[in-house]
Amino acid sequence: MSGLATGSIYALAALGFTLLWQASGTINFAQGEFVMLPAFVMIIFMQMDISFIGSVALTCIVAVIVLGWLFKRGLVDPLFKYGMMPIVVATIGLSIAMRNGVRAGYSAQPLNFPSIFPADLYHIAGVTISNSDIGTFVMALVLVLLTQTFITKTVTGRAMQAVAQNTESAAVLGINVPRMIFYTFAINALLAVAAALLVTPTYLAKFDMGESLGNKAFFAAIIGGFNNSNGALLGGLLVGVCENLAAAYISPAYKDAVALIIFMVVILFKPQGLLGRREERKV
Amino acid sequence: MKLKTLLICIAVLVVLILTPFYLKTYGVHLLTTWLIFIIATMGLNLTIGYAGQKSLGQAAFFGIGAYTVAIFLKLGLSFWIGLPVGALICFFAGVLLGFPALRVQTIYLAFATLGFNTAVWLIMRNEEWLTGGTFGMNNVPRPTLLDFNLDNNRNYYFIVLAVTLVMGLLLWGLIKSPWGKSFTALRDNPIRAESLGIHVRNYTLMSFAIGAGYAGIAGGLYASLVQFIDPSLFTVGSSIMMYLMVVVGGPGYFLGPLLGSAVGVVLPEWLRFAQAWYLFIFGTAVILLMIWLPDGLLSIPERIRARKLAKEASDARARDAKRMQEQTTNGEATA
Repeated sequence: MSGLATGSIYALAALGFTLLWQASGTINFAQGEFVMLPAFVMIIFMQMDISFIGSVALTCIVAVIVLGWLFKRGLVDPLFKYGMMPIVVATIGLSIAMRNGVRAGYSAQPLNFPSIFPADLYHIAGVTISNSDIGTFVMALVLVLLTQTFITKTVTGRAMQAVAQNTESAAVLGINVPRMIFYTFAINALLAVAAALLVTPTYLAKFDMGESLGNKAFFAAIIGGFNNSNGALLGGLLVGVCENLAAAYISPAYKDAVALIIFMVVILFKPQGLLGRREERKV
Repeated sequence: MKLKTLLICIAVLVVLILTPFYLKTYGVHLLTTWLIFIIATMGLNLTIGYAGQKSLGQAAFFGIGAYTVAIFLKLGLSFWIGLPVGALICFFAGVLLGFPALRVQTIYLAFATLGFNTAVWLIMRNEEWLTGGTFGMNNVPRPTLLDFNLDNNRNYYFIVLAVTLVMGLLLWGLIKSPWGKSFTALRDNPIRAESLGIHVRNYTLMSFAIGAGYAGIAGGLYASLVQFIDPSLFTVGSSIMMYLMVVVGGPGYFLGPLLGSAVGVVLPEWLRFAQAWYLFIFGTAVILLMIWLPDGLLSIPERIRARKLAKEASDARARDAKRMQEQTTNGEATA
């Protein structure tokens, strides 16, 4: 059960990955740090005696501006013309800068973070389930489904999909392409805030908390299929559950290898991911 | 151009031989570390820069080399057996790692190698009987060679320098050979390379294996230099750092690793005053570098040359246009 909770957090971060990839061909190596930063921003706001809800709302605004707009304008736009690898390298640089900026500028110690769910434990059929596990799982699931519905059902969402599938045709049809791409970045930033809200109470706010989270999210995204948003959900849950099972029944020391093994198997047998479409190689 | 490169190489060599006599122990130590990282990033440069593959697992090979040498020395075997054995293990591990490269490309490949690095790191951390676990292996002795006292840092530096030179020359020969050309063909247009009869599978595997072998040798030298190794040196973070060193220096430039390793190894020491902020500055610098010079520092001369050529061309065009215009006005006047 706590595997499902962890997995749903991976799924949230992985969804951001796939959205950015679909809309703008950006691979964000700093995705984990995108979760870490809002956690610290929320802590700073709360230290300024702003209520919990207020800090979350303010953090959402800050995240959309910094992780959405600034990230797009400052890093992705100028690098887009060089292709994929320079963006990857730049986001690696960004993750190093963010991680160490927080460490040097704020705190190197792990900080407590209030949970949004009451800390109750239930015993059902011999299995202990904590309230926050259920809450995390449900909330993450709702967020993922909400994002899906937004993309598939609303006019804006469908326009975003059109941009992702064929940028030129979308532009011809009168869709404001830069704005749609910005929406994707904004949604990614909001998903990161949500993930921060869910993950920090259990794992504490620490400058390097994003490192493993980002990697797992990426593995999850590939396992599920990079060009399919449902894949992110499937991949995230799969990684989370298998990890917890492996920690319990095989060896906690090799827990981190689980994502890797699934990833290797998927890459060897179905490189486009479990739910992904095959990408044709063009000459 | 060729003479110029040769002269630069000789000058660098003279400086490298003379410098340790003017440095204290720590300076020599730092310089040796720099050379070792040059070997490791030279190999990585072959994989990334020349063959155009993506590898974020170099630190794993570096670690395998280091542990092999440490274990050999602990068993009482010679360093000079451990070093090539470590390189060989890395070479074959590199072949194995090359296989996913045949299935997937670019960023998928980067993550496959990153995953490999995590796996190797987990083994180093958890298999205490072999690697000493998180406590690492201490008291790794220095190698012995005839009558040289290699416990002396300066003498060890010269050994490392000699190995670096040999490895550098080997790589130079490789790149200038038809093999090297095939690697670059693989990078620039894999489909065309394939249709020209280059065996894509073998060359991809080779680029990984040779790059890994270089890291293995570097790791072995490193274990004996610092005399204490633990898993924290060989994390994914170190691999990413090596990757950045290659990218910063200039992937596909022969001397790129020289500069990149200097940025990654020597510069942090100079920037000691910045302390905790150093990595923040480094990360920001990488972003700015990517925006302005996506081909690395060594692309600056080429950039300047290209700009000069472009300016000359546009000047010439402007002159031609002016002359044409004058001719037409003259023509109109006579008519």
